[in-house]
Amino acid sequence: MQLALFIQSVINGLNQGAIYALIALGYTMVYGIIRMINFAHGDFIMVGAYTLFYTIPLMISAGMPAWLAVIVAIAVCVIVGVTVEVVAYRPVRGQGSMTALITALAMSLFLENLAMVLFGANPKSVPAIFTLPTVNFLGATLQTKYLLTFGIGAVIMILLQLFVKKTKLGKAMRAVPQDKEASTLMGIHVNKIITTTFAIGSGLAAVAALMYCSTYPRCTTDMGSMMGLKAFIAAVLGGIGSIPGAMLGGLVVGLIEIFVKVYIAPGWYEAITYGLLIIVLLVKPSGILGKNVGEKV
Amino acid sequence: MLSVKDLNVSYGAIHAIHDVSLDVNDGEIVSLIGANGAGKTTILHTITGLKKAQSGSVTYNDNDLLKTEPSKIITLGMAHVPEGRHIFPGMTVEENLEMGAYIRKDDLSSSMKEVYERFPRLKERRRQLAGTLSGGEQQMLAVGRALMSKPSILLMDEPSMGLSPLLVKEIFSIIKEVHKQGITVLLVEQNAKMALSISDRAYVLETGHISMSGAADELLNDEQVKKAYLGL
Ligand SMILES: Nc1ncnc2c1ncn2[C@@H]1O[C@H](COP(=O)(O)OP(=O)(O)OP(=O)(O)O)[C@@H](O)[C@H]1O
Ligand SMILES: [Mg+2]
Repeated sequence: MQLALFIQSVINGLNQGAIYALIALGYTMVYGIIRMINFAHGDFIMVGAYTLFYTIPLMISAGMPAWLAVIVAIAVCVIVGVTVEVVAYRPVRGQGSMTALITALAMSLFLENLAMVLFGANPKSVPAIFTLPTVNFLGATLQTKYLLTFGIGAVIMILLQLFVKKTKLGKAMRAVPQDKEASTLMGIHVNKIITTTFAIGSGLAAVAALMYCSTYPRCTTDMGSMMGLKAFIAAVLGGIGSIPGAMLGGLVVGLIEIFVKVYIAPGWYEAITYGLLIIVLLVKPSGILGKNVGEKV
Repeated sequence: MLSVKDLNVSYGAIHAIHDVSLDVNDGEIVSLIGANGAGKTTILHTITGLKKAQSGSVTYNDNDLLKTEPSKIITLGMAHVPEGRHIFPGMTVEENLEMGAYIRKDDLSSSMKEVYERFPRLKERRRQLAGTLSGGEQQMLAVGRALMSKPSILLMDEPSMGLSPLLVKEIFSIIKEVHKQGITVLLVEQNAKMALSISDRAYVLETGHISMSGAADELLNDEQVKKAYLGL
């Protein structure tokens, strides 16, 4: 029984952690490239979740698997993310980090209030996305859909890491934050790379929305800011700007959340997560896997 | 041919470049010399689009560079080795060279081999992060990276800055070699003596104005130049 609960918690924690990791990647990639915390990033998940809420029934009535709705959600999130970047963030770029910060907060409020107007204040229940059996493993009842979402998350993270390390576009995404002028001289269109980064981050938010909704089939207009905060902590814990850091940070935060809920007390996990964050930042201010790059102007 | 005409450039209220005109013909080495703050870097930055001009024109083989999107300028065959190297510190030596060839779609292996033959030190360190290279090695990398785009003209901003006398010699001999292979060079230098000794022509820049220009060997023997820039 003890072991069963433990195994179940590990699986739940990894599932939860993979969701946070995917969201944290969005924060970290944008921060990595323009040194800005995109506070509206959490709200992209909300956009993805509502898109799923409206498109899953359409998929089902068309006789297609429900999860295909994620393709629509990715498209919608990418459009929203890129629009926010081009319309709101680009015009204030180079006018100081405080301006960027306030713009991002304003975008977050705007998206949440817009959602309130469009979708109403009542929570919506998202239809089941995966109907997968549970399996018994060493006495533990495991949800195979958790394993599936964790698997999806892991594959995406590996692909992303390969993309950034090996492809030309990925290398350009690494070059731009290191030296924008030199990047331009190499023929890299810096604004296009920044927009691409937002597109990827927003697309990942849509996948995170799918994973979230298959675990907690509910969407509310403020879900983004709550999820976003935890994922942001994950990104900082892992080392903001570092892609492997976001993945590790996400998994750590997810595991802590589930384990504290199960073994200590449900109300405690936030305090413990923040406590860990403070300790890590005291020991290593740049986060677990963060490099001390220093602000470059 | 690179042609700058009546160029004016400002930083806010600071009018850094006044009515500067200069030409670099295909196949030449032309140097631009001048004291600190004269505006040499500003001119190069304006040519490659890193800085906006106020008025005037910059053309390269009939392309209007002032109207060209900065990231497209390298596709016209113009590579810029910026002052202070500006290598990508968090990328390996090899990745830096690959970034130099960002606009190319063909196979890079022969260019990579050429750069490594010219700079054996870079080959030894190709998996090392560029930020961990010594200053001289970083300069070699900056030059190698620029060559990876197969440029027809190379703009170099103080390539000898901060190098030991031995490395200064080496960098100038590399410039000569590169030039022999048919690459036109616009060289910005404080080391006027070395620069003039390898150049065809030169311009002297003083607080944003061209104060003198002519054949490099004539300038080398000019009394004023000798006094002001050659320390003689
Ligand atoms: N970003 C900037 N903002 C304001 N003024 C600038 C800026 N960059 C250069 N300047 C000014 O423009 C003038 C020309 O500078 P520039 O860097 O072009 O000189 P330089 O000839 O390259 O000098 P050096 O030999 O020291 O590199 C200087 O007076 C400088 O203070
Ligand atoms: Mg300079």
